[in-house]
Amino acid sequence: MTITIKSLSREEYLLPGNASCPGCPASLGLRLLGKALGKNMILVVPASCTSIIQGPYPKTSIKLPLINVIFASSAATASGIAAALEILGKKGVHVVCWSGDGGTVDIGLQALSGAAERGDNILYICYDNEAYMNTGIQRSGSTPYGAWTTTTVLGKRRHKKNLPMMMVVHDVPYVATASIGYPLDFIEKIRKAARYKGFKYIHLLAPCPVGWRFPPSKTIEIGRLAVLTGMWPLYEVERGKFRLTGVSRSLLDKSKRSPIVEYIKIQGRFSHISEEEIRILEEYVDKLWEDIRKIIS
Amino acid sequence: MERVAVLSGNHAVAHAVKLCRPHVIAAYPITPQTQIVEKLAEFVERGELKAKYIRVESEHSAMAAIIGASAAGARVFTATSSQGLLYMHEAIWSAAGARLPIVMAVVTRAIFPPWNIWTDHSDILAQRDTGWIIAMAESNQEVFDMIIQAYRIAEDERVLLPVMIGLDAFSLSHTAAPVSLLDQDKVDKFLPPRRAFSFLLDIENPITMGNVAFPDHYMEFRYLIQKAMERAKQVIREVEEEFYEISSRKYGGLVEEYRCNDADVILVLMGAWSGDAKECADKLREEGLRVGVLRIRFIRPLPIEEIKRVSLGRKAVIVVDRDISFGGTGILFTEVSSILQQNSVTVRGFIAGLGGRDVTAKDFAQMVKQVYTDLEVGERRSRVEWYGVKEVI
Ligand SMILES: Cc1ncc(C[n+]2csc(CCOP(=O)(O)OP(=O)(O)O)c2C)c(N)n1
Ligand SMILES: [Mg+2]
Repeated sequence: MTITIKSLSREEYLLPGNASCPGCPASLGLRLLGKALGKNMILVVPASCTSIIQGPYPKTSIKLPLINVIFASSAATASGIAAALEILGKKGVHVVCWSGDGGTVDIGLQALSGAAERGDNILYICYDNEAYMNTGIQRSGSTPYGAWTTTTVLGKRRHKKNLPMMMVVHDVPYVATASIGYPLDFIEKIRKAARYKGFKYIHLLAPCPVGWRFPPSKTIEIGRLAVLTGMWPLYEVERGKFRLTGVSRSLLDKSKRSPIVEYIKIQGRFSHISEEEIRILEEYVDKLWEDIRKIIS
Repeated sequence: MERVAVLSGNHAVAHAVKLCRPHVIAAYPITPQTQIVEKLAEFVERGELKAKYIRVESEHSAMAAIIGASAAGARVFTATSSQGLLYMHEAIWSAAGARLPIVMAVVTRAIFPPWNIWTDHSDILAQRDTGWIIAMAESNQEVFDMIIQAYRIAEDERVLLPVMIGLDAFSLSHTAAPVSLLDQDKVDKFLPPRRAFSFLLDIENPITMGNVAFPDHYMEFRYLIQKAMERAKQVIREVEEEFYEISSRKYGGLVEEYRCNDADVILVLMGAWSGDAKECADKLREEGLRVGVLRIRFIRPLPIEEIKRVSLGRKAVIVVDRDISFGGTGILFTEVSSILQQNSVTVRGFIAGLGGRDVTAKDFAQMVKQVYTDLEVGERRSRVEWYGVKEVI
């Protein structure tokens, strides 16, 4: 069943006038999450930009039950909520972690891995803006090679940690990647994940205008270019079965992929990147797809 | 008839927790707490306790998980010790700040390095300022009784703060002693199911918990915790009275006073070794020295009125700390001195028994006699010294 924009509820769970920056992919992602699941969810939010987006006490911009938690603890807190709901007999409520890349691939990794291994009944969504944005654009384990951040002023020297694949080897019922550039694909994956009992993981690429240095009007465009250039493959792994989704389905063939410079050149964080570094990133993308080919065959 | 069982302190905790019918338990093993979490896991697996047991991957996650569960309306439990307690520290603040009625057992143990698994109060006292109600038991029976009372205190609408109950490594945790158990129906009457307050994670009444509070709001949240702590003093006393009705046992509220009425010198301390201090008081009284023991049961909220009332007019108060705030003094000593500073009571401090070093009634007698000797020659100054330290430099 394909989802269309028209079929989505008009109900908003993230209210307008919230504290996010113009073009913020995290606030857009939250809106889409509300459209995908409706009111039957409890949100767990670790320290991140989303702590700010909600706005300060005594107000809130979110019409869902939400608990803010310490940075490393979103998955474990969600496990506790899910356990409580189960034993208190509260059925049909989704427990959703909405965590940044720092809170997921770095400081929160232990709790995340623990919850996945236990198979706790939660949906974990990492919105990946590829740096610690809330504290002022410091590099994270999810920052790509070559990118400028305030702690890698000459460009990061290591590639991005492949977290979705790490989650796949945890053998959980559902893992998917998504990009804010393809909202309907994201919504479809949320809904699919929510149908499974157990641990579900979605990794959402979330281009951040402030941190990546591009105009706020280009969030969606960059989210699409990430996919079209093959930098960010869209796929899902359902009960261990790997499947490319959306436009990524045709990108195994390298000739179908747009050159990565199209993605890189419009982002200020890559403005000082050398030819050599571009080559290294191209090799990284080729390797990503080689690995996917191996998985598929 | 209620059963008397011979139980280790750890098993006394597990049995008490079972009677309290927690919904969610999350725990991570550490010596000497392991028997608590093993026994509870067994209760759950055998179907004797209907609870969800989350075998988390760390103490940080143990506390995070029960924070989540408690915020969703469940009654919860965890237990830890030493490194585990320190690893949990960030989440411990979180639990109190969120005003969640969590109960945790802490088997007090020394801190690394070097490795040492024996008793020491530095771990639990390092949580002193977190907003938790913090108590220490003297016996396995008291641990059992305190756990059950802890839920009533924590869940009381006037309090809504988490409670940690300390028991000394090995001297309680692994030492078997007779414990009078309680029938389930009595405990059920004493401790009804947790009442649902409006501040819970609930899809019908969505609230945002813990979002940013600017300086014009933050301070009031802190003030409310302080007020709840102050109210907790009365609640602790009331709950103990009610508990007395079902158990015929009571200990004295925030402190226990042992032969203090006519005492010239008062020993102040907390935990299992208070038994040895009482034995010391008995012996010294045979020699004509009027010694009493003021056992601190609750270090938070701090029993300010009790300490003042019992200490005033004595020749000396001797505080024995199983902890040290490096570069400062013993933590109990600091607390007691702060209360007595305006009253010209001599407060003498001893740092003793760190890392489980044995301290017996004889040792307490030696401390007391040293203070008496000083008093006789007119030496009334307050000071702290280390007891029984070997020559190291
Ligand atoms: C234990 C701890 N260390 C550091 C911080 C400071 N801190 C708050 S948010 C944040 C970065 C979050 O990055 P990410 O998870 O990627 O989310 P984003 O801000 O990018 O949305 C950091 C380092 C903290 N709150 N807690
Ligand atoms: Mg980030």
